[in-house]
Amino acid sequence: MVIALRNLRKSYETAEGRLEVLRGINLDLGAGERVALTGESGSGKSTLLHLVAGLDRPDSGEIVIGGRDISKLDDRGRAAYRRAEVGLVFQQFNLVPSLDVAENIAFHAKLAGRHDLAWENELVERLGIGPLLTRYPEQLSTGQQQRVAIGRTLAARPGLVLADEPTGNLDEANGDAVLETMLSLSKGTGSTLLLVTHSQRLADRLDRQVHLRSGKLE
Amino acid sequence: MTMWTAATALLSHWRRRPLQLGALLSGLALATALWSGVQAINAEARASYARAAAVLDQNGLAHLVSPNGRAIPQSAFVRLRRAGWNVSPVLEGEYRFGTTRLRVIGIEPLTMPAETDTVDLGNAEDLLSFITPPGIVVVSPGTAEKIRGQTDLALRVSDRMLDGAAFIDIGLAQRLLRREGELSRIVIAENQRPGLEPLGTLVPTLSVRESNAQSDVEHLTESFHLNLTAFGFLAFAVGLLIVYSTIGLAFEQRRPTFRTLRCLGVSLRALAVLLLSELVLFALAAGAVGVAIGYLVASLLLPGVAATLEGLYGASVPGTLSLRPEWWVSGFAIAVAGTLVSSAQSLLRLMRVPLLAAAQPQAWGRSSQAGRRFQVLAAAALLALSGALLLWADGLQAGFGVLGCLLLGASLLLPAVLSSLLTLMQRTSSRALVTWFWADARQQLPGLSLALMALLLALAANVGVGTMVSSFRLTFIGWLDQRLAAELYVAARNEGEADRLRTWLAAKVESVLPIVSVDAEVRGQPMQIFGVVDDPTYRKHWPLIVGIPDVWDWVASGEGVLVNEQFWRRERLSIGDELDLASDWKAAVVGVYSDYGNPKGQVIAGISALTSRYPHVSRLRYGLRVKPDQVADLRSSLSDEFGLPPENILDQAALKEQSRRIFDRTFLVTGALNIFTLGVAALAMFSSLLTLSEMRLPQLAPVWAMGVTRRDLALLELLRTLVLWLATFIAALPLGLALAWVLLAVVNVEAFGWRLPMHIFPYEWVRLGLVALAAAVVSVFIPLRRLAGLAPSELLKVFANER
Repeated sequence: MVIALRNLRKSYETAEGRLEVLRGINLDLGAGERVALTGESGSGKSTLLHLVAGLDRPDSGEIVIGGRDISKLDDRGRAAYRRAEVGLVFQQFNLVPSLDVAENIAFHAKLAGRHDLAWENELVERLGIGPLLTRYPEQLSTGQQQRVAIGRTLAARPGLVLADEPTGNLDEANGDAVLETMLSLSKGTGSTLLLVTHSQRLADRLDRQVHLRSGKLE
Repeated sequence: MTMWTAATALLSHWRRRPLQLGALLSGLALATALWSGVQAINAEARASYARAAAVLDQNGLAHLVSPNGRAIPQSAFVRLRRAGWNVSPVLEGEYRFGTTRLRVIGIEPLTMPAETDTVDLGNAEDLLSFITPPGIVVVSPGTAEKIRGQTDLALRVSDRMLDGAAFIDIGLAQRLLRREGELSRIVIAENQRPGLEPLGTLVPTLSVRESNAQSDVEHLTESFHLNLTAFGFLAFAVGLLIVYSTIGLAFEQRRPTFRTLRCLGVSLRALAVLLLSELVLFALAAGAVGVAIGYLVASLLLPGVAATLEGLYGASVPGTLSLRPEWWVSGFAIAVAGTLVSSAQSLLRLMRVPLLAAAQPQAWGRSSQAGRRFQVLAAAALLALSGALLLWADGLQAGFGVLGCLLLGASLLLPAVLSSLLTLMQRTSSRALVTWFWADARQQLPGLSLALMALLLALAANVGVGTMVSSFRLTFIGWLDQRLAAELYVAARNEGEADRLRTWLAAKVESVLPIVSVDAEVRGQPMQIFGVVDDPTYRKHWPLIVGIPDVWDWVASGEGVLVNEQFWRRERLSIGDELDLASDWKAAVVGVYSDYGNPKGQVIAGISALTSRYPHVSRLRYGLRVKPDQVADLRSSLSDEFGLPPENILDQAALKEQSRRIFDRTFLVTGALNIFTLGVAALAMFSSLLTLSEMRLPQLAPVWAMGVTRRDLALLELLRTLVLWLATFIAALPLGLALAWVLLAVVNVEAFGWRLPMHIFPYEWVRLGLVALAAAVVSVFIPLRRLAGLAPSELLKVFANER
């Protein structure tokens, strides 16, 4: 999926006044490209990711995904976009607490209308979460939760995978293992990947890196 | 850091969460209000019974009574006085002043012990007027209004008198009640001369009834007050559950603040003192509001309660509430105690949980697996106990035991039943959002279960009490149609007028049915014995529960009598049992009739049998059988011919309407209590949903992120609440019907002595369902508005790495 961000701006109202978080972002991602988005805390990485995910709207600028400007979509349109085209992995609170692991993995794929049991089974096997299928999120470790979240995201075969510090809560060994699985699986689905990370070591493993500083890409 | 600074930090939590503070204070105020309101009503009623017992029954002193309930001959009193005993005679009975029936208490003021709180006759002139003809009737202002113009006797109004009662001189009482030479009881003064001949020797047939025994009215109304107390306790418990859940969440949410304060040097002890002070402050503030609302609730309910007590038990309670200082004190005490009890767990957790433990507001609302299992076991045990009590125990207490165990057991079982239902629905659904909907509803269940249990109780009480009252009403109206068969009822003002009336009526109506009755004591119980003529009206219309063949022939012959249901059940009588109705009058029970709304026993005998034993019985009232189209003419003729006032000539429709009005007034308070119960449940639901909405974001944000709009989430949230309400409503129907059955078949029979057939009123369920639906929508409105209006930035905070 091809992504084009044009002159993207976003600001928030704070107690100190208006805070400009993104100040004219221009970025292009090719289909199947895997890009690391790095930057200091507060540089606007997560905000940019949320805008691309259609979770929030920019103040101005364009977010063209697969030839369509999603910033012009209303709430319902953006929800449909997220459902059909985007897979999201966050550092925490990824899973639906009321569903067990099997239901969590199938959840997004079913919402997107792309439920494929064979593919799900393969994901479960490759992520090593077979014994966890009947457990609930609160009964899993953080590493296990992240594996399930990745499984759920990829089970829907999204065109675009957006990950915000997916290994931020994990130790180095676990983080590496989770990332490795995610990269390998997303490559298999041909998804475009935009991954936010603090870690230069992780960023080095992706196709390209873009660095955000004070709301602008360097 | 000063304590004040620490306190400011703690209190800032509430500033940021005004709705949470509102839920806490309203829960506390509600608990205090309904508990203290109900206590106030009970206290007022009991004070009234005590006053009545002290004033009317001289309850503070011992009495001599006849053990078999018969009248005491006046000679016994004379014998005691001659022997030097300081005693005083009393004669009681019911007497009709025009259309108003009063409890007449004949006393002898010269011998009445000074310590009795009876009538104050002031000076010698008053005393002389009281004891010499024509005499004085001492009544309450309300009663005076009713009987003014209906008697030739002089009226004396006393504020200390109770409505419906009248003090007169005993000689006058014997004449009015036609019980010359008879006494009901003899009051024994506390101070007696030493060396008197023992009572047992002087009056061996009489026995001593000690002072302060529970009065009949207190005994009769016990179940009603128990009901009220149970309602007050239910509301109190629900209010405290609101407080418990709000404080629990607030403590969990403030854990980071506690941690910071501890790190900055505030000791655990100081923190506990601050939190305790905060809670006491809230308790006092909410307690003040609660007591004020409680007073308002009690004032609003008291007239209804008074009507119920009068309608069902014949107990007179003033419809106004007096404000007692101890009531304020107990209101505040209950508010503080309730707060401390419902916050004890949170305070204990604060003391025990390690300083650096992370807050878990999401996990806080869930109950443990072991807790749920225990709840199901407790529910099963209670339901089994309810069944066992129903099968093997009897008495009013057992009836209430059946009700209590049934309601508590069912409400404890509700979360498990709902959980199973939701799991089943989840398993049978294949669509992702539908699966999530059921799963999420199940996850919300522990946080909502207390509110749903309260709702179940409220709805079941509404269905149960509603079914009972409506069944009662339907039966009562049918019974009234049968029983009030005469087209016109007329009351003469005196015997002379009654004689003329009889003669005049003989040629003008199809039949004249005299309504004659005497007060008597049968099997130790105060009773009314009615005399009826042998007329087809009774044979066709009188509602009999059981009776031998040719029952009316037996009654007409004087050999058989009918008894009302309550007397029949109370005395466990059988057909054929013989009753001792007077010294020379024995008759067999040949039938039993329904007599709803009458607290007393009643006997119907042939009129000849009655008048031959009581030749001076008053014959002022008559039922008249005429063709319906002649009623109006006859009425105006009666008015023209005899100058009778309108209240002395009542047609059947007016009398039925009057009876229906009294019936509806009697059950006014149940309607009010039903609304209150539902209101309490709605408030509990609102509070729970509000508390849950604070924890909802981490549960909803992932679903939203995967492409479900906030609007759809809000609609699903509404639907979830409605589904839980609906499931609870459906569960409440069989429970309510079971409750109604226990009320009709067990409690009513024990409390009142009559059993009513149970009818089903589905239309009332629909109405209740709609009211419950409206309450559900109202309770979910604010949490829903918050969710629908949630900014994406709020939802995104859930996923932020630094929250």
